Amino acid sequence: MALLEVEGLVKHFVADRSLFGRALAHVRAVDGVSFSLEAGKTLALVGESGCGKSTVSRLVLRLIEPDAGTVRFDGRDLRSLDAGALRAFRREAQIIFQDPYASLNPRMTVGQILSEPLALHDLVPAGRRGERVAELLHLVGMEPRLARRYPHEFSGGQRQRIAIARAFAVEPKLIICDEPVSALDVSIRSQILNLLRDLQDRLALAYIFVSHDLAVVKHIADRVAVMNLGQIVETAAADALFAGPRHPYSRALLSAIPLPQPRARRARVMLEGEIPSALNPPSGCRFHTRCPFVIDRCRNEAPGLVADGTGHATACHRVGDLPSADAILPAAAGFSPALEKLVAAFSRKTEGAGPAGVGIQSATPTTP
Amino acid sequence: MSAGPLVEIRDLRIRFHGDDGRVTHAVDSVDLSVANGATLGLVGESGCGKSVTSLAIMGLLPKQSAEITGAIRFDGLDLLQTPDQTLRDLRGNRLAMIFQEPMTSLNPSFTIGDQIIETILRHRGGSARSARGRAIELLRRVHIPSPERRIDEYPHKLSGGMRQRVMIAMALACDPQLLIADEPTTALDVTLQAQILELMRELKAASGAAIILITHDLGVVAEVCDEVAVMYAGEIVERAPVDEMFSAPQHPYTVGLLGSIPRLDHRAEQLATIEGMVPNMAQPPAGCRFAARCPFVQDACTSAPPPLVEVTPGHLSRCIRAPLERLVS
Repeated sequence: MALLEVEGLVKHFVADRSLFGRALAHVRAVDGVSFSLEAGKTLALVGESGCGKSTVSRLVLRLIEPDAGTVRFDGRDLRSLDAGALRAFRREAQIIFQDPYASLNPRMTVGQILSEPLALHDLVPAGRRGERVAELLHLVGMEPRLARRYPHEFSGGQRQRIAIARAFAVEPKLIICDEPVSALDVSIRSQILNLLRDLQDRLALAYIFVSHDLAVVKHIADRVAVMNLGQIVETAAADALFAGPRHPYSRALLSAIPLPQPRARRARVMLEGEIPSALNPPSGCRFHTRCPFVIDRCRNEAPGLVADGTGHATACHRVGDLPSADAILPAAAGFSPALEKLVAAFSRKTEGAGPAGVGIQSATPTTP
Repeated sequence: MSAGPLVEIRDLRIRFHGDDGRVTHAVDSVDLSVANGATLGLVGESGCGKSVTSLAIMGLLPKQSAEITGAIRFDGLDLLQTPDQTLRDLRGNRLAMIFQEPMTSLNPSFTIGDQIIETILRHRGGSARSARGRAIELLRRVHIPSPERRIDEYPHKLSGGMRQRVMIAMALACDPQLLIADEPTTALDVTLQAQILELMRELKAASGAAIILITHDLGVVAEVCDEVAVMYAGEIVERAPVDEMFSAPQHPYTVGLLGSIPRLDHRAEQLATIEGMVPNMAQPPAGCRFAARCPFVQDACTSAPPPLVEVTPGHLSRCIRAPLERLVS
């Protein structure tokens, strides 16, 4: 049985009210989203601003209530949980937010931040919490003595490590990572991605990884769901999706990523126009206003998400007669052999420097 | 006009004097040049000094706290010695800049038309009517649909991608010779980023302006730049034509940056990471500033600051162990 089963999730927000409080306009943030997630696996929700990916992640945690649809976690319907059971569920499912500057309380020390969940869920007796905090810091590659410091003393990457340690404190089964690396510099981003993968391998956690960056997603996901305006337009095993994206929107997203290869020759799917608003989504297929393959049927009839035998599902009327995606895929062997060797040498040598490399001297914030 | 580069920066140093007497070395001995029609990518992570360098070119650093030495030559004129009045005539005219945040760089209480027309009238004069005509033309050039109607809209009515187009239209209003774009696509979604990058390529081909593109995204650099300068801790650590930089980087920091990008063409088990942190720029280290994080470090690296030397023709590196191929063969 899957750890998490989401079915027909709908969430509309009221965007405008009349004088008497009657709803006049709705933002259709999430409109019929279904997926499931096995224990220990990573599902990536991918899409651009306003596609509903963050709303889905909040619905899954029941931080907001859905208008329709069910979320089943470990076989239990989340809507049936009473306050006590919901609290117990919160121990099983945690979230890491995008902005490590806003998600840590500036008035609490790292030790307090990490022992709060332990106390809330009564996991570790008060006398042993210090020990557990040290363990947690060690887990995310930080020195235990940093527990006495405040968040402002740390850099963005270190704060994100603290946020990860806080999520792990309650030993959850599921962690939602909402753009956990978007606010970080490239070199720090790779540290956090490596850490998340490493922790998953060791602790068999399931992740829902919310991101707009397909390159990051390719690195971490087992399964990918591409969202556009509140709906999933394509979902498949990560390997299958990256080897052969089917929906025109997935292809556009993939081909829009700038590659670090100056001579990379590949066709682009350039989307015209702006992302339509979820306040007034286009009729029929919600992608039809930007789709290069649009036909009349797309304007009137919304396509269903249809899966083939391998579990690769696509919501597109024209999925059968689209050209091959090979032209937009990046060629393999993007790095020169010399560079591959150098990168390998670089990584090998730094590994010897310690697992996560957060040293004593690095605890002081750097001057911007 | 002279045959030399359009912009030539020599030994630029910028220090910030804080209220508490602390001095931060934001930029140290930066040498750069950009030719007419060329695009230079200035790459580095937060705090490496890339934005400060661009603000110095524009003359936008606060006079009270920033101490700037060296020379910034623009078309034969030393911008650091130029009086404010002349600088004001240059900015928005022959020098233009696009910022990262299109949400905050437009004035919310004027229509986008007013803001573009103001620039045109300030530098070019002429009638309000002809300026309006030109503003509409500019909006059309940056692919804003129905510009005749859009010109009278306020910024809040436009999406992020549209606002960035308006910013670009405004920067192009007086056909600048130099355009500085500071992370122009960072705040945008990927499909919009692709549109804006395409637009920049188009404009570069059409106008022949020199562009300095500041970014942390090496993918963006590979797509639009001719030459790249990598900055680390206030210094340029590597400078090369773009193909060279991506095929045979000569500074370990660049290698680390390239290795830490998640790639679409293959899935690495582990991404490269650059361990440790950037040095505290109130007291920069004596030797190589990257030494503490460098896997190829030797004793000699920490004793004296390494010079920026030519490793292969046109390819400069601030690493005494370059050429790096030697280390892996």
